[in-house]
Amino acid sequence: EKSRRTFGQKLTALFTNFNGVDDDFYDDLEETLIGADVGFETAVQISDEVREEIEAKHESDQQVISNLIVAKLVSLYTRNGTTEDNHLVFATEGPSVFLFVGVNGVGKTTSIGKLANRFKKRGKKVLLAACDTFRAGAIEQLQEWGKRDGVPVVAGPEKSDPAAIVFDAVKKAKAENYDLVLVDTAGRLQNKVNLMKELDKMRRVITREIPHAPQEILLVLDATTGQNAMSQAKIFKETTDVTGIILTKLDGTAKGGIVLAIRNQLHLSVKYVGLGEQVDDLSPFSPKDFVDGLFSGFLETSK
Amino acid sequence: MAFESLTDRLQNAFNKLRKKGKISETDLRSAMREIRLALLEADVNFTVVKNFVKTVRDKAIGADVLKGLNPTQQIVKIVNDELVKIMGDQAVELNKSPKIPTIIMMVGLQGAGKTTTAGKLALKLKNEQKARPLMIAGDVYRPAAIDQLVQVGQQIDVPVFEMGTDVDPVEIVRHGLKKATEEKNDYVIIDTAGRLQIDQKLMDELSRIKELANPNEILLVVDAMTGQNAVNTAEGFNNQLDVTGVVLTKLDGDTRGGAALSIRAVTGKPIKFIGQGEKMTDLDVFHPDRMASRILGMGDMLTLIEKT
Ligand SMILES: Nc1nc2c(ncn2[C@@H]2O[C@H](COP(=O)(O)OP(=O)(O)OP(=O)(O)O)[C@@H](O)[C@H]2O)c(=O)[nH]1
Ligand SMILES: Nc1nc2c(ncn2[C@@H]2O[C@H](COP(=O)(O)OP(=O)(O)OP(=O)(O)O)[C@@H](O)[C@H]2O)c(=O)[nH]1
Ligand SMILES: [Mg+2]
Ligand SMILES: [Mg+2]
Repeated sequence: EKSRRTFGQKLTALFTNFNGVDDDFYDDLEETLIGADVGFETAVQISDEVREEIEAKHESDQQVISNLIVAKLVSLYTRNGTTEDNHLVFATEGPSVFLFVGVNGVGKTTSIGKLANRFKKRGKKVLLAACDTFRAGAIEQLQEWGKRDGVPVVAGPEKSDPAAIVFDAVKKAKAENYDLVLVDTAGRLQNKVNLMKELDKMRRVITREIPHAPQEILLVLDATTGQNAMSQAKIFKETTDVTGIILTKLDGTAKGGIVLAIRNQLHLSVKYVGLGEQVDDLSPFSPKDFVDGLFSGFLETSK
Repeated sequence: MAFESLTDRLQNAFNKLRKKGKISETDLRSAMREIRLALLEADVNFTVVKNFVKTVRDKAIGADVLKGLNPTQQIVKIVNDELVKIMGDQAVELNKSPKIPTIIMMVGLQGAGKTTTAGKLALKLKNEQKARPLMIAGDVYRPAAIDQLVQVGQQIDVPVFEMGTDVDPVEIVRHGLKKATEEKNDYVIIDTAGRLQIDQKLMDELSRIKELANPNEILLVVDAMTGQNAVNTAEGFNNQLDVTGVVLTKLDGDTRGGAALSIRAVTGKPIKFIGQGEKMTDLDVFHPDRMASRILGMGDMLTLIEKT
């Protein structure tokens, strides 16, 4: 029974028993943002900018103030880069390859299961590549998704070289005219240098077979993660040329606010969000919905 | 690591001020601000930080640190001691049943590391106590969750009880416990599906398993990279299940792991183990002092304090 009200409506409700914008208001705003994991510095920056603007305009109208805050956040998300958008890039001809990377347990395999279904429904011929040969049960997990989605899975024996499997998958995709190959990889923490090199090797194998592939390297981030997500984004971007983010587990109470800072500092945008464990629990990212989500607890703390 | 250590922060704050001569109340306030910032960057929950900083401020004033020779070190020491105090002064052992089997239940959010930790714990008990554990596959939802546990069991040579995915997890546990009694297993480790603490239906399932199995240990498994939300998760699981301990996973990464402090502060439940890798041997006993240094970003802080 999550509130369906927009942020603007929530703020309006807040202002009803509110005598104007005072220091408490900005403290609440700052804490709400910190509580949503946007990070201390970003929170202070946003709160300061909002204060400046409200004070400069001598603004006291609730509706104007709430619009101003939303606009500020959405613009914070979208500024520093107008060329970046949240569309996935496909090859103009031949198979497209999307590589999924990220730390352990964030939702890579599940997101592949969801996206395969989405693209299959749109008429694409989809192939999955089970390149997590390391974690117990990882191959079976992807195969189970393949079965649910009705798409084939290229897999090899456990502990085999993931680069060899991705090679097989890409060859098969070319030979059998697949539109899209979704490549699952083992979870790896960004500070494990050897495992990060392995990703780069996989990427090179793909590019050797299909010059403009992989079209997307999607970093999967768990919305529950705090400030460490910045380190993940930074290091994965440096080592594998990440093209976008999938932000999972937004159906929980975590807000994933760190993607604001990631967007600003690294120019990586969120392309899809995960909203549950089922096949349809995936949506294209909307900055406005995301900003609304950041504030879903604001009312309670301000009362 | 991406962030400055607390020592560096305080040193910077005080250095600037030293140039002005004496350190004042305002300076103490700026020191507290640096502490607050360091803890927030380490992902300690902001309400926990607020209370914590207040305690530290009171102690710092009480100890007259600003009149001392080395305020930075003194404040760092107060912060460190308080952190250790909150996280528990020493390691807390696994609960044990007076009569076999000791029953351990793994619970937590999706992807936290429950299944992996179940295997690690079984191996640890086997190696250290020559135990004969049985693992029960209670996750019937996640694709291939049972395959995963079965493969983990094979790797460490520990039996896994499973009944497929078409049976109520409570029933699976009932049969698994019966099997453990027959086989005289001394430990039973129950793997459960990941779930959100706000998913009432699935939380009730855990309550029913708890009621049936009457476990000696309910371990909440938490990802060390968790941010501000750690308190909601910990409170949610603890309120519903009264957990007995916490396992913090994925500490082999570069996270500061402030979630440890948040969880301990809101639940008062001890952190018993930490996961430091994907291998079955990567499970260690929790040491509050090391965790405190990690959160503050200073591995060598204790030596630093000793020198003063
Ligand atoms: N609530 C929720 N759970 C999710 C979401 N996405 C994935 N999960 C769950 O998170 C857990 C981990 O997901 P996986 O897809 O196995 O994650 P992974 O990144 O492939 O994990 P590794 O391969 O072990 O690194 C599973 O229990 C999923 O069902 C989401 O959007 N919301
Ligand atoms: N680096 C590292 N990875 C870990 C650690 N513990 C678990 N993992 C990894 O985290 C991922 C998720 O672990 P699982 O044991 O499947 O987590 P779970 O809680 O059982 O997940 P669900 O059943 O989907 O809720 C896997 O890739 C594990 O290998 C750890 O201490 N360090
Ligand atoms: Mg996976
Ligand atoms: Mg599991």
